[in-house]
Amino acid sequence: MSDKELRNQEERARRLIMASIDGELGGGEREELERLLDAYPALRAEWERLQRVKEVTGAMRLRPAPEEVWSDYWTSVYSRLERGIGWILFSVGAIVLLSYGAWAAVRELLADTTMPWFVKASLVALTVGTVVLLVSVVREKVFVGQRQRYKDVER
Amino acid sequence: MKVAVVEQSEASERALVQQARAGDRRAFGELVTRYMRRAYYAALGLVGSHEDALDLSQEAFARAFRARANLDPDLPFYGYLYQIVRRLCFNFLRDSRTRRARMVEATPWLMDQAGARAVATDPARSAERSELCAVVQAAIERLPEREREVLVLKEFEGLRYREIAELLGIPIGTVMSRLYTARRNLAAELEGVL
Repeated sequence: MSDKELRNQEERARRLIMASIDGELGGGEREELERLLDAYPALRAEWERLQRVKEVTGAMRLRPAPEEVWSDYWTSVYSRLERGIGWILFSVGAIVLLSYGAWAAVRELLADTTMPWFVKASLVALTVGTVVLLVSVVREKVFVGQRQRYKDVER
Repeated sequence: MKVAVVEQSEASERALVQQARAGDRRAFGELVTRYMRRAYYAALGLVGSHEDALDLSQEAFARAFRARANLDPDLPFYGYLYQIVRRLCFNFLRDSRTRRARMVEATPWLMDQAGARAVATDPARSAERSELCAVVQAAIERLPEREREVLVLKEFEGLRYREIAELLGIPIGTVMSRLYTARRNLAAELEGVL
């Protein structure tokens, strides 16, 4: 038997063992599994071991949540939806106001004839640098994320 | 009779999804009420904490509503929701802050039915089962997330292979392989108690 055939047979045996433990064996598969278990004692030992694991986990269940959780559940989801809209409006308002304030301040300072030239130059560099960084971050979030075709592929 | 009930339920879900897609919060509320338990227990099986499962499942509903344009009335709503739940849970588990917090406080999220029944009649057996439950819980928490997910869906949600495969969008053979690996890892972890 070649390596590939051996691997396929092992995979087949694993699937039969799982289906047997979970009560999902199809027609004829029970006999196939019995033949394999008779032929390979190590496989039978594995089957018995996994059967015991199934017995243990099968006797357990998820701890129930307190009943009052369900009466407030939708209210909590609804609050999240409202807060989401609130955050969007707050962010838009804050960005517009801060941008306008910054623009007004820069304009005022550049028009000031008493201010040394290097302070004005630094101010311009600071403003341009901030804009470049902001645009770069927004571009990465909005455009690059959308173009990555495999970003949702789970490895 | 059963087929007619299922068809009626599917038709009503399709109508609710269509209304929710149009921004109807009342209809979305109906969907939330219909699936909140399932979403919560799915998250609980993945993250193992009541508060986090509640928070993550509610956040999943909120995100599903915000992205309602992607809802397809012809597909089951829970399948769409579950994808959001699992992504949120996996991100939560990968977060280093979460890992630190989880090491500090481990809360019981599993319970043993046989142990619960034996509390009054056989306290010694009940204590023994409770200890076993804690060991099993810790062993499941150490499983890789994909294996843990399939094990939880099979053991605690009682889904069949086909249903798990449809929910996760993977072949049935992959479901069985992950389950096999999960159980083999569990067997190794529980060597002394099995």
